Amino acid sequence: MALKNKLLKQLAVAGLAVVTSISSGFAAEDTVGFVYVSPIGDAGWTYQHDLGRLQLEKETGVKTNYVENVAEGSDAERVIREMAKRGDKVIFATSFGYMNYMLKVSKKFPKTAFVHATGYKMGKNMGIYNARFYEGRYLTGVIAGEMTKSNVLGYVAAFPIPEVLQGINAFIKGARSVNPKAELRVIWVNSWYDPGKERQAAMTLMSQNADVITQHTDSTAVVQAAEEQGKYAFGYHSDMSKYGPKAHLTAATHHWGDYYVKTVNDVKAGNWKPESIWGGYKDGMVSLAPLNPAIPAELQARIRDMEKHLTSGVLHPFSGPVVDQDGKVRVAAGATMSDKDLNGMNYYLEGVVSKLPKQ
Amino acid sequence: MDSSLITSILVATIIAGTPLIIVALGQLIAERSGVLNLGAEGMMAMGAVAGFAVTHHTGNPWFGVLAGMAAGMLMSFLFAVVVLTLMGNQVATGLALSIFGVGLSAFIGKPYESEILETVGSIRIPLLADIPVLGPALFDQQILVYFSWALFAGIVWFLFRSRPGLVLRAVGESPAAAHSIGYHVISIRYMATLFGGAMAGIGGSFLSVFYTPLWVEGMVSGRGWIAIALVVFATWRPFRVLVGAYLFGGVMVAQLFVQGSGLEINIPSQFLSSLPYLATIIVLVIISRDQNTVRLNAPVSLGLPYRPDA
Repeated sequence: MALKNKLLKQLAVAGLAVVTSISSGFAAEDTVGFVYVSPIGDAGWTYQHDLGRLQLEKETGVKTNYVENVAEGSDAERVIREMAKRGDKVIFATSFGYMNYMLKVSKKFPKTAFVHATGYKMGKNMGIYNARFYEGRYLTGVIAGEMTKSNVLGYVAAFPIPEVLQGINAFIKGARSVNPKAELRVIWVNSWYDPGKERQAAMTLMSQNADVITQHTDSTAVVQAAEEQGKYAFGYHSDMSKYGPKAHLTAATHHWGDYYVKTVNDVKAGNWKPESIWGGYKDGMVSLAPLNPAIPAELQARIRDMEKHLTSGVLHPFSGPVVDQDGKVRVAAGATMSDKDLNGMNYYLEGVVSKLPKQ
Repeated sequence: MDSSLITSILVATIIAGTPLIIVALGQLIAERSGVLNLGAEGMMAMGAVAGFAVTHHTGNPWFGVLAGMAAGMLMSFLFAVVVLTLMGNQVATGLALSIFGVGLSAFIGKPYESEILETVGSIRIPLLADIPVLGPALFDQQILVYFSWALFAGIVWFLFRSRPGLVLRAVGESPAAAHSIGYHVISIRYMATLFGGAMAGIGGSFLSVFYTPLWVEGMVSGRGWIAIALVVFATWRPFRVLVGAYLFGGVMVAQLFVQGSGLEINIPSQFLSSLPYLATIIVLVIISRDQNTVRLNAPVSLGLPYRPDA
């Protein structure tokens, strides 16, 4: 018991030290570090984070550095520790698997601000952030529902985790809000990055009559396959229109620059504290890529309106009634789904033809 | 099930099987001469990156395929020097070649990630392609699909109808006997190994130039290993390589169709994804149970170094 108290006291002291030292400011020569899970390339998850980094440099004038292609393992710990040792004042780690390593390092460098994307563990000097990707998915669903002629939509998905299911369900809910006949077929490829398989899955969906397809995987193979077959597709993460100029209707994209600027400014001003941020349209974290001219002007205008409503909070993709595939009402009319329920999503909504693999 | 669905399953099956056929037939020739090269995965990766890079710079997919072939041959040449001239262990060297090729291709390919190529269209054979159901699947395909069939026919003829083929088999069965009647065992094995490397390179470039026209690290994703398993699966017979490759491609494609169709299946998709590999293992086990089949067909000197007595 005594030991426990002592430990608590030490922790409290450490906590105080953190607050005071981080608030002690940010010298002109201080830098900001970024850890990326894949090469930057010119489309995709890491590319979007790097755009945010460039915006941060431009708007705040701070110097940044990054390490790309860092595996989600003990390498990450080494890279994060090096950055902290070298004197990076703020470190952003942009992949889920860095969570435990960052937490571990953060305890050893109480004067540094650590910020981790898409995780759920926080610390005395470690905050987390993520984006409401499903808001963009909902809009692409509305476009898909209007653009489909066969009423069959297709989705190539990586792993059945809540974030991916939110995207799938928002997509079909958006589609059925304008086209109650729309149905969605889902194929799991059990990989984030396997262009061969993603392409094969896309071809399969199109041969099963899907004429608008999208993906929650990281390559551009699905958009390319749709272009080849003369069907429509949506990009994800980044604008992928160069991979399929005709097929690419738009893309559900995410943007981190504003958040990075705000975080660094907070640290500079000495009032940063670890937070959990789940930002959407209203925070500028989610938006659509330019709309393809193939989308009729009337629909484009409607989408622009819905974007405003997402920003103002009038529109919530998971507002009731939310009915799942088996007819069970998950959210009653008039209510909206809580963040907790969103984060535990493990079912398909009505309109999805495929069956979710049983756990 | 309507006929267009059957056609599209067939098309997808043939496409998925083609790189396996090309690579496995190349390995079959090498193994028939007594050389076991487990480096197919690495040679394919190098073929894929070389094919992509050259196609990207020249805009000509044929230069890409040639470059892929050259890269595969270069890799197999390294292997041949170690195991044939320096008498290294074939299994260990092959494994090293796989790891080396996958790593080196990732390194070389860095600047090409997220670049794109023009899609190469299929070649339609008039009249034959109009046959219902089968026509579009068999006669409106990528040119490397036709190449894989020509390669098959060529190899059957070479192995069983030509004199050099007979010599090659003799070298694999009994290098000492072949040597004693005046054939240069090591040179013949060099050539067979280089041919295997060339085919692995072409198979790799098929993936990056024709199948999914893009390059990413690790895109071969185990196809080299499957090709090696296929040769055993086929008990070193070309026709069975063909059947096995399409069987494998079929299982791979069928599981995607089942998922998309929304059939009620209480099987995790992870299990379905592993089905093709499982099928390969099961067939290997069944074949291996009958020792005679394996013994009768396996080249006797497979994997053994040969040092000609001076």
